[in-house]
Amino acid sequence: MQRRVFLAGLAVTVLPCAAGATPDSMAAAIQEVTKGAALQPVRIKLDIPPLVENGNAVPLTVTVESPMSEADHVRAIHVFNEKNPQPHVFNAWLSPRNGRATISTRIKLADAQKVVAIAETSKGLFFTVSADVIVTIAACIEDIT
Amino acid sequence: MANVLVNAPKTARKGDVVEIKALILHPMETGYRAGTNGRLIPRNIIERFSATWNGVEIFRMDFSPAIAANPYVAFTAVATETGTIAFRWTGDENFAVEHQVPIQVT
Repeated sequence: MQRRVFLAGLAVTVLPCAAGATPDSMAAAIQEVTKGAALQPVRIKLDIPPLVENGNAVPLTVTVESPMSEADHVRAIHVFNEKNPQPHVFNAWLSPRNGRATISTRIKLADAQKVVAIAETSKGLFFTVSADVIVTIAACIEDIT
Repeated sequence: MANVLVNAPKTARKGDVVEIKALILHPMETGYRAGTNGRLIPRNIIERFSATWNGVEIFRMDFSPAIAANPYVAFTAVATETGTIAFRWTGDENFAVEHQVPIQVT
């Protein structure tokens, strides 16, 4: 019985990190951006290493094929994840002034998971791409203790 | 004065697409980590990064806690006119930093 209590305690201490985004909450966050519009798996590329040793800083590049003209440009790029405490990673807004639709940054990943990028164009189209990333040292477990 | 590192060309030809890289020193504390006393460390992140070219906004980005510490962002811009590119980071605990770089467009 005591062992069971101890194990339950363990599960609780791990929870603050584990509780968070789920595939469902990611889908909800994506829905908020697309408002139900169809997602097309074309013209967008997500560069992220498939195997990451340290989840604290994972390089990520999103590139969208687009003429970036006044009539047809990428208006926004959004990135989501499945298993961090929150499904959002970043939202970026672009305009024809950018010339190319490409963004690089570094992100934190709490677990091996799927990362999704979505591009919204000025014509109201949504392009999507996803990548699976395996993380060996998660960003969340390194509490300062 | 926070530490900022910006990498952008000093000169460009009109119409060229230039790459701009910006890095800022910041802990990006998520608010989900426990400190030595077992309590959660309060969230302290940069929430927004924006860049303007002679006052016209060319890029804007909202960060979440999932952006790594010392946020790095690289993006591109069309060189339109000589002037300054200004960067602004704002976030929790009244964090606000501005940085400017000159650019010569020929």
